[in-house]
Amino acid sequence: MINNEQNEMAIDCFLLAGRIMMESGAETYRVEDTMLRMARSQNLGDAQSYVTPTGIIFSLGKTQPTRITSISLRITDLHRIVLVNNVSRKLTSKMITLEQAYDELKQIEKTNYFLPIIIQVLAASIASSCFLLLFNGMWTDIPAAFVAGGVGLYVVTIIHEMTRVKFFSEFLAALVVGTIAYTAVNFGIGTEIDKIIIASVMPLVPGLLITNAVRDLMAGHFTAGMAKGAEAFLTAFAIGSGIALVLSF
Amino acid sequence: MDYLLQALLSFLATACFGVVFNAPTKAIPYCGFVGAVGWMVYYVLFEYGLEEVQASFLGAFIVAIIAHLFARRYMMPMIVFSVSGIIPLVPGGIAYNTMRNIVELDYITGLQNGMRAFMISGAIAMGLVFAEVIMQLLFRFMRKGKTSMQSFVKAKRPR
Repeated sequence: MINNEQNEMAIDCFLLAGRIMMESGAETYRVEDTMLRMARSQNLGDAQSYVTPTGIIFSLGKTQPTRITSISLRITDLHRIVLVNNVSRKLTSKMITLEQAYDELKQIEKTNYFLPIIIQVLAASIASSCFLLLFNGMWTDIPAAFVAGGVGLYVVTIIHEMTRVKFFSEFLAALVVGTIAYTAVNFGIGTEIDKIIIASVMPLVPGLLITNAVRDLMAGHFTAGMAKGAEAFLTAFAIGSGIALVLSF
Repeated sequence: MDYLLQALLSFLATACFGVVFNAPTKAIPYCGFVGAVGWMVYYVLFEYGLEEVQASFLGAFIVAIIAHLFARRYMMPMIVFSVSGIIPLVPGGIAYNTMRNIVELDYITGLQNGMRAFMISGAIAMGLVFAEVIMQLLFRFMRKGKTSMQSFVKAKRPR
C-alpha cells in the first residue's frame, strides 16, 4: 500500500516536470528523456512516456497506474526549462529526494520568472532596430522600427493575456506593426516600409516552433512534429494576414 | 569595419531575443555570442558567393555546436543557447515577401519565395540536428563505458 502511494507521488512528480517543460517550449525528446531519467533514478525502470504538444501520457509499467496530463498553454520560457532540468539533474544524482523534487517543481510552477514587461518591450525594440541594420536598412528608419517592434511585442503579450487566443493576438500585433510602419512612411519618418515591417515582426516570427517541428519530425516524433508545424503555420499565417491587411489599402 | 559592425549588431539583437525568450540572466551574454557567431558565418559565406540555403545550413551547424559546448560547460539545456542563436538566420524577409506577393496576386513569385523560405528553414533545422548528432557521437566516443543516450534508450525497454 505504501508502495502504491509512493508510485502515485512519483507519477505526479514526473508529469509535473514534463508539463512545465512542454509548456515552456522544450523539445519533445528532451521531455521524454527527462521523465524517463527521473523514473530510472527512482528504480522505476519499466516506465513509458508518450509526449505530444497537447498532452503527456505516462505509465510506470505493466501492472502499474497510467496517468495523463493535458497541456493547453505553450509559451517560450527558457528559465523554467533550465530550472526543471536542474531539479531532474539533482534527483538523478540522488542529491534530493522525490518529495523535495516535487516541492521544488510545485514552486517552479507557481512562480512567474518573466522579467517586467517594460524590459521585454525595450529588448524587442532594440532587437528590431538591430535587425533593421542587419537587413541593410537605412539608419533613418531606426526610430520607426524601434517603436513598431516594441509596440508589437506589447500588443501580443497584453492581448494574449486578455483573450487567450494566440492567433488573434498575433494577428492584431501584426496589424499594429503594419499600421505604425505605414504611418511612419506616410509622415516621412521612415523610407522603406518593407524593411521596417520585416525588422519589427521579428519578435513575433515563430522561428523556435518551425525548427522544433522539423527536429521532432527527424527524431521520429511525427505527432509532435505535425502539431508544432501546424501551430507554426497558423502563427505565420496570422502575422502574414495582419500585414497583408495593411498593405492592401 | 563592416564585419565588426555586423558582429556587434547581431550580438545585441540575439541577446535581446534572449531577454524576450526569458533566458536566465547569466546566460544572456552567451546567447548573444552564439547568435553573433552564427550570423557572421552566414554573412561571410554569403559575401563569398555561397547560396542562402548552404550558408544558413552552415550557420545553424556552427550555432548548434557552440550551443552544445556551452550547454555542457554551463549545465543548461542546449535549447537555451540555440533558440536565440538561430533567430537571425530565420528567413523572415523572404516569408514577408511571399506574403506580399500573394496579396498582390503575383502567385508565381509568391510560390518561388515560399519555396525558398521553406528550403532555408529546413536547412536550419537540418544543421541543428546534424550538429547535435555529431556532437553526441563524439562525446560518446570520448567517454566509452559510461551511460550514453543510446545505451539508455536500449536499457529502457527490457525484453
